[in-house]
Amino acid sequence: MPQELNYLKETPSQTAGPYVHIGLAPGAAGFDIYRQELGWDIAGPNAKGERIRVEGIVIDGTGSPVKDVLIEAWQANAQGVYAHPEHPGEVEDGFRGWGRVITDFETGEWGFDTVKPGPVPGRSGSMMAPHINLWIVARGINIGLNTRLYFSNEEQANAADPVINLIEWENRRQTLIARRGARGGQAVYRFDIRLQGENETVFFDI
Amino acid sequence: MLKPGEFYQRDREWQPPAYSPDYKTSVARSPRNALISLQNSMSEITGPVFGHNDVDPIDNDLLSNYAKPGESPIGERIILHGRVLDENGRPLPNTLVEIWQANAGGRYRHKKDTYLAPIDPNFGGCGRVLTDENGYYHFRTVKPGAYPWRNWVNNWRPAHIHMSIFGTAFAQRLITQCYFEGDPLIARCPIVNTIPDPKAVERLIAPLDLNATIPLDAIAYKFDIVLRGRRSTLFENRLEGN
Ligand SMILES: [Fe+3]
Repeated sequence: MPQELNYLKETPSQTAGPYVHIGLAPGAAGFDIYRQELGWDIAGPNAKGERIRVEGIVIDGTGSPVKDVLIEAWQANAQGVYAHPEHPGEVEDGFRGWGRVITDFETGEWGFDTVKPGPVPGRSGSMMAPHINLWIVARGINIGLNTRLYFSNEEQANAADPVINLIEWENRRQTLIARRGARGGQAVYRFDIRLQGENETVFFDI
Repeated sequence: MLKPGEFYQRDREWQPPAYSPDYKTSVARSPRNALISLQNSMSEITGPVFGHNDVDPIDNDLLSNYAKPGESPIGERIILHGRVLDENGRPLPNTLVEIWQANAGGRYRHKKDTYLAPIDPNFGGCGRVLTDENGYYHFRTVKPGAYPWRNWVNNWRPAHIHMSIFGTAFAQRLITQCYFEGDPLIARCPIVNTIPDPKAVERLIAPLDLNATIPLDAIAYKFDIVLRGRRSTLFENRLEGN
């Protein structure tokens, strides 16, 4: 017998369940308990760059909206810097780059306000197109689903993005592109997520 | 040039698959295409950082964080404690742990929960805490009750506490559930049984920990959490970091 490798195994995941709001967004569950809930303000008041809104809906394999989903967003600031000690560079005071969003219980629509991130470093000196990393949990999702939101008006950068180009089915790449529109003078990006079926969103094992 | 240290790949045979038909809700909510495997970039090895401005000291005490002054929730008083480690066995200090649970009767304080067990006026059912410098965390709460749910006609969830953990990187993000030693409902639960390996299921069962009880006050259960670990920097084609 060889020596035993003494790595620990990752704790197994379990679904967030239908009552995830109690823990992660208690206000939405119907009660106030914390001084402040986390994840409502992604960019903070001092962030430079373009203020945008991102909206969408999560759709299941039957074509129905998923109304009990919770999404977390993780992004760099407009200069392409993540608010993390391992990323060289500065972020604006109050910029965390992380947010948490839940759906409207009636319609399944969700949305958040932030700034458009800049391009960020990829592997081996490459650059990645501006994107927001998303993590999706809900009842019926046994382990959180990771995907990325890219921007429709970054055609050149998207075409050169090393992650988009990993997806060999070119028609599936479109599932990662949020479509730019406008409302009241503000940029609104639409990003619907299809968990299953036709135009199923690309999910990553990160 | 930026050269992050990568995380060990997730063991997808150990983790539950997306599609697990005995847990019926997963059927329409599981992707049919294979996940695209992504080597880590800056987007995956970074993640949100939390500090003591984000949480209050009372937030980890579910016995008092929603109770009226001088009152307590009904139920078995417990300490839930443990450590957050990575796969290398290193503690993860200052990482955010959030929990939510039903009350002792198995009822959630949630506008969508209509189970006939009563709401406890002194119990909110959520808590959060940052691990200390050695990766330890603890909560005071009541042991949650089992509750029925619509899957098969007669499914009951074992007593469980939902747990959300961050680590230092978005790649480590995890939500799980903590069960309690000795519960006969664990083996019968379709959600537990989404996990293929019985050894992995054991990892979600907190043992009774008499050493950590508070005599004449609260009984204790220990629940250690392991998040993904990172490569060290031995090789030329490595990504640097850690
Ligand atoms: Fe539950």
